[in-house]
Amino acid sequence: MALTVSELTIHHGAICAINNVSFTVPQGQLTAVIGANGAGKTTLLRALSGLNKSTHGHATWNAHNLLHSKPESIVRHGVSHVSEGKAVIPELTVNENLELGAIWRKNKRETRETKDQITSIFPRLGERLNQRTDTLSGGERQMLAIGRALMSKPQLLLLDEPSLGLAPLVVEQIFQTIRDLTTTMGLTVVLVEQNAMGALKIADNGIVLNLGKVAVTGTAQSLIADPQVRAAYLGY
Amino acid sequence: MFQFINTLLIGITAGSIYSLMAIAIVLVWRSTRVINFAQGGLALASSFVGASILAQQISFWIALPIAMIAGALFSALTEYFLLRPLLKRSGDKGEEIFLPIIATLGLLGIIKTILNFTYGDRIGSIPPPISDKGFVVGGQVIALSPMRILILGIVLFLMVLLTFLFQRTNLGLALRASSYSPEISRLAGVRVDVIRTAGWAISGAAGAAAGILQTTNGSGAISPESFEFSLLLVFGFVAAVIGGIESLIGAVLGGLTLGVILAFILMYIGGSLVFFSAFLILIVILIVRPHGIIGVKGGRRA
Amino acid sequence: MHKVKTLRFKTGIGFFLIGLCVFFLSNVVDEWRAFQGATVAVYVVAIASIILLTGYSGQISLGHGALLGIGAYAAALAQIYAHLPIWLCFVTAVLVTAIFGALLGVAAARLSGPYLAGTTLALAVGLPSIASQFSILGGEQGISFNVGWPPLSLGADFTQYKWFFWIATIAALIMMWFLQNILSSRYGRMWRAVKSNSVAAELAGIGIGSSKVLAFTISSGVAGLAGALLAMTTNNVSPSVFPLALSFSLATGAVLSGVNTLGGVMIGSLALVAIPEIASSASNLWSESENTAMILPELIVSALLILTVFLAPKGPIEKLRARHRH
Repeated sequence: MALTVSELTIHHGAICAINNVSFTVPQGQLTAVIGANGAGKTTLLRALSGLNKSTHGHATWNAHNLLHSKPESIVRHGVSHVSEGKAVIPELTVNENLELGAIWRKNKRETRETKDQITSIFPRLGERLNQRTDTLSGGERQMLAIGRALMSKPQLLLLDEPSLGLAPLVVEQIFQTIRDLTTTMGLTVVLVEQNAMGALKIADNGIVLNLGKVAVTGTAQSLIADPQVRAAYLGY
Repeated sequence: MFQFINTLLIGITAGSIYSLMAIAIVLVWRSTRVINFAQGGLALASSFVGASILAQQISFWIALPIAMIAGALFSALTEYFLLRPLLKRSGDKGEEIFLPIIATLGLLGIIKTILNFTYGDRIGSIPPPISDKGFVVGGQVIALSPMRILILGIVLFLMVLLTFLFQRTNLGLALRASSYSPEISRLAGVRVDVIRTAGWAISGAAGAAAGILQTTNGSGAISPESFEFSLLLVFGFVAAVIGGIESLIGAVLGGLTLGVILAFILMYIGGSLVFFSAFLILIVILIVRPHGIIGVKGGRRA
Repeated sequence: MHKVKTLRFKTGIGFFLIGLCVFFLSNVVDEWRAFQGATVAVYVVAIASIILLTGYSGQISLGHGALLGIGAYAAALAQIYAHLPIWLCFVTAVLVTAIFGALLGVAAARLSGPYLAGTTLALAVGLPSIASQFSILGGEQGISFNVGWPPLSLGADFTQYKWFFWIATIAALIMMWFLQNILSSRYGRMWRAVKSNSVAAELAGIGIGSSKVLAFTISSGVAGLAGALLAMTTNNVSPSVFPLALSFSLATGAVLSGVNTLGGVMIGSLALVAIPEIASSASNLWSESENTAMILPELIVSALLILTVFLAPKGPIEKLRARHRH
């Protein structure tokens, strides 16, 4: 049970966004994918959840091939993707956004249990179940987006820039929640982040992407200690 | 006063049918961002199905649901075989809204020729299942007849059914979510393609009901070149636009507004101005509110 | 600048050659063909006005038939009540329709996609019906619009339809030349900028609203001319000359021509005139039934519409160009 990506290549028209990328994310660990703007982080994540087509390579989760499936079937195999920018539907209520995440699950009793679990992790969402989502704050929306993804009872969680556009204090809170989720729920997490320092602090491993290629991999601590990574991505 | 109430009743009945058609148009718009000009044709074809069942001496209460099922089927087939492949080839601005309109106009022509081939000059008929004679109140015949009550009842029932479907069921949640954000919906596991077809199917059923009710409320006769169905499409579309094209409640409000105002114009000013009034009502409402009564300014996907 | 000038010179020569062809053509064809030729020219003007609006300025209109109607009534009234010379009647048609279009354009500029489609559709349905409300407009019978016999200087055997053909063609050529120039002027660039990216255009200082109103005004003026020309060929202006079906056929013609380029406008116009005729003669070959003769043209046009939308969504001209490039 691990996420294995090998020789993955993705083209956007003539541009090669991801070039021969290979890595493994061990089960139950949090892996941060960092890199500059345009390094291909989002493209990589969208390919793993079926939103982007890949040109070449393999990616498997739990012996399930991720590359030639549609998003709606990948989520049924335990992979949930929280796409960039507070991926919630503002026109729906908080409760409906959560229900949407479990819409394909047949067992309604289990679904209710999952929802109770999520509202206990994010009590703010529990209090606002019947409000329209556009009345929530940015941080609350990001929590709802993660909550929606958890409603599918995933084993692998793909997070795309959860810190985007949030105040520093809220970012810290979100990162802490992500760390806790990984430990308590036994989730495997791939966290794509522009905020490299914040991500590496909570991560077990890190992958640095540069112009669509893997530049460095290693444990999070080793990356924080790496002078080159510090200079290029951590800013000191 | 007597005439006023009569006119109001006529307007509400006609308006409720426009509302149903407007709902059909809104449903298609919400699922695929397309205005389906074949909607009137699909409703006509479904009404012919209803009329041919009635011709076998079978009850109206069986003909209506069967016509609605036929409408759902026709509409779903249209989405699957015409619009889905068309929308896969996304066009430039200008083309993107024009092409589906032209394609559905083409379909409208084909539906009409098929009906013409099968029915020729024969005229289908959908007589009122119960009396359409107005009740007598204080010695005067009012516009309210058992048939009008039935029409209002059917429309109300269908609207309650649709509200339940949209607000209380998983299919409804999936329909709303896919319309607002297809990508998030897919990530959440919604089979958006199937849901779109389902949206068209529900729309087709609503359109079929509108078609049958329009026929019984009018002359009771339908022909392949029926003018009433062009009217139904135009007024349904105008009602949907007045209501803000995205909103089901808006469609109902738009339909009733249009029906009542047009009835008053017909009664007090004259028949020849009805169509022009529809245009005036539309433009006045849109000048005040460019995104309709319920519409949100600068909606998510303009 | 120099390049633009040679281009204009070239198109000028092109227009002249087309005019010459039409001149010789008009001498060899029979009456019926001359009449059809005039109709094609009318459609050229009408479809060009839609393409200008939709293809270049990005606004949709399903109601151009009604604008044609306004032009036709304006021309006829100018003739009946003001006794203007015929060419001034055409000018009146253009001006009146342009003013109406400007008013409509102010409302339209605020509307997007389905709202504009709905408004113009309601216009197409609604406007013809008020004609029967005012006695000055002649009710359902309508009023007459008569351009008169061809001048005697053209010869005694110069027929009426040939005269229509000439007038319509000359009007069409002038209009196409005018549109060509407008599109290569700064207004044309402005429209394209607004259409392709309205935010960027606004940041560059283009007034989006006024650009859209201008496009609507010019398009309406051109449509008004088409309407007056159409009235000329029918000799009569009445609501039945401008039904909803006319608006739909014009939209159809625009799609067959390719909505985004003015260059294909002949294709759509020819198709609108030729297809019904081909279809009806084909149905005469296959079947004696009158019903078939009625149905087949509609079936062919409908099928052609769907085929065009799938096979050449950008119109035949773009399709050819794309093939040429490969």
